Amino acid sequence: MSDLRKMIIDGAEIEVDPALTILQACEEAGVEIPRFCYHERLSIAGNCRMCLVEVVGGPPKPAASCAMQVRDLRGGPNGEPPEVKTKSPMVKKAREGVMEFLLINHPLDCPICDQGGECDLQDQAMAYGVDFSRFREEKRAAVDPDLGPLVGTKMTRCISCTRCVRFTTEVGGVSEMGQTGRGEDSEITSYLGQMLTSELQGNVIDLCPVGALTSKPYAFTARPWELKKTESIDVMDALGSSIRIDTRGREVMRILPRNHDGVNEEWISDKTRFIWDGLKRQRLDKPYIRVDGKLKPATWAQAFAAVAGAVKGKKIAAVAGDLAPTEAMFALKELVTGLGGTVECRTDGAKLPEGNRAAYVGTATIEEIDSAQMILLVGTNPRKEAPVLNARIRKAWLAGAEIGLVGQAVDLTYEYAHAGTTPADLKALADKGVSDETKEKNTLVIVGQAALAREDGAAILAEAQRMAEVSGSKLLVLHTAASRVGAMDLGFTTEGGITAALDGAEVVWNLGADEGDIPAGPFVIYQGSHGDRGAHRADVILPAATYTEETGIFVNTEGRPQMALRANFPPGDAKENWAIIRAASAELGAQLPYDNINALRAAMFEAVPHLAEIDTVPENTGDMLPSGALGEQAFGQAIADFYFTNPIARASQVMAECSKLAQEHNMPVAAE
Amino acid sequence: MLRRLHKDQPDSFAFTPANAEWAKGQIAKYPEGREASAIIPLLWRAQEQEGWLTRPAIEHIAEMLGLAYIRALEVATFYFMFQLTPTGSIAHVQVCGTTSCMICGAEDLIAVCKEKIAAKPFTPGWDDKFTWEEVECLGACANAPMAQIGKDYYEDLTAARFAEILEELAAGKVPTPGPQNGRYASEPLGGLTSLKEWEADKMAHNASVALAVENEDTVSRITGE
Repeated sequence: MSDLRKMIIDGAEIEVDPALTILQACEEAGVEIPRFCYHERLSIAGNCRMCLVEVVGGPPKPAASCAMQVRDLRGGPNGEPPEVKTKSPMVKKAREGVMEFLLINHPLDCPICDQGGECDLQDQAMAYGVDFSRFREEKRAAVDPDLGPLVGTKMTRCISCTRCVRFTTEVGGVSEMGQTGRGEDSEITSYLGQMLTSELQGNVIDLCPVGALTSKPYAFTARPWELKKTESIDVMDALGSSIRIDTRGREVMRILPRNHDGVNEEWISDKTRFIWDGLKRQRLDKPYIRVDGKLKPATWAQAFAAVAGAVKGKKIAAVAGDLAPTEAMFALKELVTGLGGTVECRTDGAKLPEGNRAAYVGTATIEEIDSAQMILLVGTNPRKEAPVLNARIRKAWLAGAEIGLVGQAVDLTYEYAHAGTTPADLKALADKGVSDETKEKNTLVIVGQAALAREDGAAILAEAQRMAEVSGSKLLVLHTAASRVGAMDLGFTTEGGITAALDGAEVVWNLGADEGDIPAGPFVIYQGSHGDRGAHRADVILPAATYTEETGIFVNTEGRPQMALRANFPPGDAKENWAIIRAASAELGAQLPYDNINALRAAMFEAVPHLAEIDTVPENTGDMLPSGALGEQAFGQAIADFYFTNPIARASQVMAECSKLAQEHNMPVAAE
Repeated sequence: MLRRLHKDQPDSFAFTPANAEWAKGQIAKYPEGREASAIIPLLWRAQEQEGWLTRPAIEHIAEMLGLAYIRALEVATFYFMFQLTPTGSIAHVQVCGTTSCMICGAEDLIAVCKEKIAAKPFTPGWDDKFTWEEVECLGACANAPMAQIGKDYYEDLTAARFAEILEELAAGKVPTPGPQNGRYASEPLGGLTSLKEWEADKMAHNASVALAVENEDTVSRITGE
């Protein structure tokens, strides 16, 4: 780029984009600037004053580097580039002064503070502060607002950086937090004791540089230095957010987001973050066999014997649930099709076309939402189906994108043009087409499962494809199940969907499918982690690992294969999913030819090569779907309750509490 | 000072037709999408109408401007000019307590308030006719000590004169605002030392006092009736 600007930072010359702030320029130069209020993904507030630097030739006072752009710097009188010092005595003194001010009212309760060990204030006080305090007066008292079951508050620790206020307003899209009062009496609070309603509220815990906002479920359970950190992938929605699972011993203590610009930026939804108590409840920790109508504990040998006895010579079908890793589904498909059975993953009846990746995944990437100028949502409520993706759509909207919606009118945290609720309205849009000017723009069509999981789903998908075609848009199919795209990639389908797959089946191998009912009749082998709907219908239960307990590849809604790693071990006798299938295959006399996960993966990659390309979105191709007859029924909602979408969530007490609050919140007041 | 909404709130708020019309005009001053800029004038007018800023008023104005309630609450709690507790039916007395006034006797004025109105600030007293508070510098240091009652400044006060003024207001009379020791405005106590040529044909009162005398009113609020 030609419009780079030369500047000197601590004596070293560097060329930077003039639109950057001094703080960002310093980061490019590798110089660390302490900060509290500044955050890359939030607006600039400039109120903590920790990032003060000396601008040579500027006013004789330190400047807040987060709020000053490089282009506003003036060079020396003889054409020298502008100079910034970050290590001068003035800067050192300024930082010490600011730190002293910040610590005036900050309590010295680090030993009982959950932020201890990962606290920005602690670290920066050590690095940039002084070792004494001149403050002899009493510290401020503060009222702790109740923000709900997720975010705990301890407002005496607050340093008024307002990151939480900016996050909830800008990213969360709910203006529920604010800073009232002024001076010493200013308080970070919600409006008159309201609780937060955002599905992304947990992120304020990470954003809070001190221990003012902490995780309520995690409170006082662990210290960061005693946790083992495992970088993994989330399966609560189809976004596949990058997460870090913190474990102590066998126990998952908490889940935090990792940065991934292409997927979740650095946010995760509350379901992703607070699901972990569900990993410890309602677990299936030993095999069960139904004897006289009652499930009785058994050994693996007995369970496999029961499976072998039931399967021998019968017609078998396999269904895969929403949380199944690709490895297990691949092994199960090999096993079941080898026995002449059928397999199916579209348990919700979604009319996703087999083999046509451009249609069941779409052609767009999640990152393309950022640059989209127009986005059409069809039969989807991204706020519930993928809150982090919804925050991205909101970001595009804030940047000026126009959003349209064909589907149930709901609060998406941003404004949209409501273009109807039925498939006919979508057809009308496609028929109308768009102007050439609009066609030039970056546009997206996002189709949700509420549009596809119905009788005319295939025709609606075809119509959405046509809409994308006539408007020059890219298509993104927003899935709700983390396993779905992987299963479609593996061909875990049967022509005709779930009814055809189960038609005439005498034995059903249920790989963690808890969202639908298996009709009465067939013998059901349930392989899963939680005692949920699927387990109640089971005749044999094979206890399996959850997503934190085994390594597995998941393909997210844009078609990006990502690898989840094992953070802890399954409880009791529960085993990894692929291993159960492999062991069962030997009992059934159809032994699968792999003895470890690597061999299984090698076989899987041979069958589906793009799964080996971890973290890359392949270019998706496929024919346009033929159009069909559209129904008249309006689009519904793919998710009834955001907090109860899978067995782990249903086992979680925290999710139950959130769900209850959300229902109360949505309940109309008498006057309405 | 910790500022919170008052514990007893009315059920509803609505601008009177005249004030609503005025508010519309204020909002129209700002371009589309920037209506929120009108929040301070609107909150102020609501306070003028009701005497203090109620929760329904804050919420009503937030709705008028398309703002989240918390955004309006932030503004209302930030500025000390917004009264979040009920004020006296006749006037809210604001006694300046900053350095110049304090040296010249503001503490005596506050003692008068405590004695005649209420022992604590922001508490209606004297048959609920008055409330009082100590405020920061009102910028009339040359005429210290002083107090603002209603719309006008009463300057060069003594405790006795201040008590008299309150008596007059309580009796429904209109005291003459401005310097109470015979000064015209903020000229030196010993008379003008410069610009003397203008002294001869000056008016009876300085401009702001003249306005109050002419209107025969110093405390009425813009109720929009």
